[in-house]
Amino acid sequence: MSADKHINILDFTIQSLLRRKFKNAGIILVFSFVIFIAGSILFLSYSFKREAVLILKDAPELIVQRTLAGRHELIPEKYAEIIARFPGVSDVSPRYWGYYYDSLVKANYTVISADRSLQTSNRLFRGQMPGEGDFGNAAIGRGIARARFIDIGDDVSLIAADGKVMDFRIAGIFESESELLTSDLIVMSRQDLSRLFGFPGGVATDLSVSVSNETEAPVIARKIRDRFPDTRPILRSEILRTYDAVFGWRSGLILTLFAGAMIAFIILAWDKATGLSAEEKKEIGILKAIGWETSDILEIKFWEGLVISLTSFLTGIILAYLHVYFLGASLFAPALKGWSVIYPEFRLAPFINMYQIATLMSLTVIPYIASTIIPSWKASITDPDEVVRG
Amino acid sequence: MRRSSFFFLYVFFCLLVIGAIVFWSEREGSRFIAKSPDLQEITAVLRLTDISFSHDARYTRHPSQADLFSAFQDYPGSIDHFPSGSVTAPPDFSLLSTRITVRKR
Repeated sequence: MSADKHINILDFTIQSLLRRKFKNAGIILVFSFVIFIAGSILFLSYSFKREAVLILKDAPELIVQRTLAGRHELIPEKYAEIIARFPGVSDVSPRYWGYYYDSLVKANYTVISADRSLQTSNRLFRGQMPGEGDFGNAAIGRGIARARFIDIGDDVSLIAADGKVMDFRIAGIFESESELLTSDLIVMSRQDLSRLFGFPGGVATDLSVSVSNETEAPVIARKIRDRFPDTRPILRSEILRTYDAVFGWRSGLILTLFAGAMIAFIILAWDKATGLSAEEKKEIGILKAIGWETSDILEIKFWEGLVISLTSFLTGIILAYLHVYFLGASLFAPALKGWSVIYPEFRLAPFINMYQIATLMSLTVIPYIASTIIPSWKASITDPDEVVRG
Repeated sequence: MRRSSFFFLYVFFCLLVIGAIVFWSEREGSRFIAKSPDLQEITAVLRLTDISFSHDARYTRHPSQADLFSAFQDYPGSIDHFPSGSVTAPPDFSLLSTRITVRKR
């Protein structure tokens, strides 16, 4: 069988599709939209997940929080001294941080203290990081700089826990490429942070524990829990697992949008699979009557399904890519932003999972072709006279 | 020009765009990986635990540190005040028995 025959059948199929151009254009439009939504979700969630895992690779191996009356509570620094003596623990550092609500711009900041500075070669930070004993200086994230219209050398005033105003000189600023990590951060010295929040002496927000061998971290976490029953250790693997779950298929956004898109597709395919229109049946009957084989009719329907589904899939997936990586997923942004005033203006790194794309293709293109062929096969094995007369 | 040629041309054009996308993604992905040591250094120096993704509630700013076990607290997946809270996944309760049985009196 020559390739010419197949090309001729494809020409005939396209001619036939053009006869019902509005109906078929409508199907391509809806099908492309379904792929666009599903593809955007896949791109967005996979990129977030990959970026979070890469960025948080060096997060603390173990965080120890204290709980009191079922809530997170400040932890005594003396816990750190005891935990540091556990075998396998290489270092315990108290972390001092908290949230600050800025009523001026109605935004929440994360205030954190640093006890060491970044390397000067770090391209994502400009200026100086305020260290231990460095009073009155702060480094801020790009989101805060945008919200307060400030830059290096400017001053920012914050209201301390005792009601007094504390002025900070902006000594450093995180570059916009690090916004997914630093957008709402204010870094200051531990002494300034303690004054700002009115921390009592000898307590920290939580403890960061380093272990000599990471595989021993769960054992050390258990030991800490046994020694201090009022604590809650959080392993780095749990932190990474959280992001796996947040952007996994069970997350609200993914499930809601994906389910909606898939239901729309199922309705579309179901409508095709449950029967042919009278006009389509008549067309099959006439073709059979003038001598076309059943296999030729099935080939027409195969091409019909392929032309519609492949065109829609390719269009939808390209638009989804442009939407997520060039337009910043602008359709989903209102849901992702929530009530946040400071929202990171990040550009996601285009990590693509080809396996997911192949799965999406096999879940949409193949069922659509099948749903086009099966009813036509039923019509084409029936007597032409019966089909034409209906 | 045959009608099928338009279809093949469109498919070829799309494949060309996809090829460009894959090439661009590889390049941008490598650029991100190249700058990731700087991001990892920020994470390590400031001992950060979460990405700065949504700032409207404690459990969306620091999902990995949130006290999801607290009674009567909003938590990811619940119908709550903050839209971003419904974006994040609910905790895994699969180990708990959550069946509610209603019996006739």
